[in-house]
Amino acid sequence: MSNLSNDLVVRFENVGLRYGLGPEVLQDIYFELEAGSFHFLTGASGAGKSSLMKLMYMAMRPTRGLISLFGRDVAITSRKDLPNLRRRVGVVFQEYRLLNHLSTFDNVALPLRITDTRESEVRKHVEELLAWVGLENHMKAKPATLSGGQQQRVAIARAIIARPRLLLADEPTGNVDDRMAYRLMHLFEELNRLGTTVVIATHNQQLVERLAHPVLHLDGGHLHAPTRSRDTFDSGDSDSDDDQIAMPYDPDVLNYL
Amino acid sequence: MISRTDLPLDHDAHARFLPWLIAFMVYLAALAVAGILVLNSTVNRWDQGISGTLTVQAMPSDGAVDVSPKVLQDARAVLSSTPGVLNVTLLDKQDTLALVEPWLGDLAGEADLPLPRLFDVVIDPDAGIDMTALGRRLAIAAPGVTVDDHRVWLDRLVRLLQTLQWIALSVVMVIFLVTIGTVVFTTRTGLAVHGEAIHVLHLIGAYDSYVARQFAGRALWLGLKGGIIGLAFAIPTLLAISYFAERMQMGAVSENGLHLYHYITIGILPFAVAFIAMFTARTTVLRTLARMP
Repeated sequence: MSNLSNDLVVRFENVGLRYGLGPEVLQDIYFELEAGSFHFLTGASGAGKSSLMKLMYMAMRPTRGLISLFGRDVAITSRKDLPNLRRRVGVVFQEYRLLNHLSTFDNVALPLRITDTRESEVRKHVEELLAWVGLENHMKAKPATLSGGQQQRVAIARAIIARPRLLLADEPTGNVDDRMAYRLMHLFEELNRLGTTVVIATHNQQLVERLAHPVLHLDGGHLHAPTRSRDTFDSGDSDSDDDQIAMPYDPDVLNYL
Repeated sequence: MISRTDLPLDHDAHARFLPWLIAFMVYLAALAVAGILVLNSTVNRWDQGISGTLTVQAMPSDGAVDVSPKVLQDARAVLSSTPGVLNVTLLDKQDTLALVEPWLGDLAGEADLPLPRLFDVVIDPDAGIDMTALGRRLAIAAPGVTVDDHRVWLDRLVRLLQTLQWIALSVVMVIFLVTIGTVVFTTRTGLAVHGEAIHVLHLIGAYDSYVARQFAGRALWLGLKGGIIGLAFAIPTLLAISYFAERMQMGAVSENGLHLYHYITIGILPFAVAFIAMFTARTTVLRTLARMP
């Protein structure tokens, strides 16, 4: 635990990962994420983005190397302490992983209910957030009856409802139209401004170009040093496009965050 | 206990048989416990009855109709002088005739039959009287007088009943073990079926106890439901058995059949089984999840 700074939310040191006896899908990964930072994670399909995300949200343990989250070495964190660590991390899974037997409302409410939040509080926050992501009319709907984009928004709402300190989103805008994509990205930025560290894995280069955040780029299991998104994707006059992004929402709705 | 669950345990096909199995188990357990309780009352009653009394029998000498007064006097002297003997009562001839009347009718008194005389002896149960030595002393002092130690055969009966009690208790234990085994199996199947949902709950920060609470709540409800069904069938069965036992004059064993407190004890069974199911489910979930990475 020595030398693990509390200002660092994520720290990877010489991390490697292989599945079974296969080749290493991640090799010699070094990076640090400071509290309140916002990063994109890019790379071609199969570059290891989802594997890196899985390591960060503690769904897997690395084959080698050190991973520390919030100053704690994950490898030596006991199983009974993991839930407390995981509660600080909000995750938007690539495949959503919604519970199909639960309604939209109940899926989003899960992170609050596992912490025994009062039901009146749960209702208030979930309704506000679902209204913000445009699902106020689908609160009782089961995931199977929702479109891919709607399911994605439910997954995002579930990831941020408990105001995590670290938000990990794997392709969070993959199934929504551009307007909703920017709207959701703006939500992530709002959370980031409130102190949440954000990592977004995405293929959407246009999105990365428009939003000026550092990029972690994976290539063949190797991580390239963080760069500014506009260095990685030279998009020319993207600044002028920022002004054209319409985000018609009431910022007050996020007051509870 | 939470009423809302995040896992679709209500729709588990593998758990649908659980209430019926528990109902059957509670039904069997209720009969076994009723047997234990009735036998226990009987054993206690018999044990108390025999531990403080003794019968001494004086037979008339050959050819005589009645027992010589000297023999009776000598026998009484021996009994009275024996440490641990509290009271010695000689039954008069009328009482003795009354004892044989069910078999011989009025004939016994009229036919001058040679009837034995009986001493009803009250002893201190804790005195530890040596019956063999007492029998020898009586035989020497008063020929023809013997000790009818009903402890011997009654003790055997009591031991038989106690054995039956242990068998019934073993049956109850087996029933509980089967119930526990079934709940363990059902819970493990549920954990496998809902593995993905449980994994998601873990990833968003749920403790194992949160998952266990949902399985335990479900097991409690199913256990209670099954237990009450089982009890609903067991009570009429027990009432019918009591009724037929009385009709068959089995009062020596059941006396007045099951008492209110017996029924109260049996009424606890569904709740006991439900709590065992709940505790078993919770323990199974916690132990199974603890083995996960």
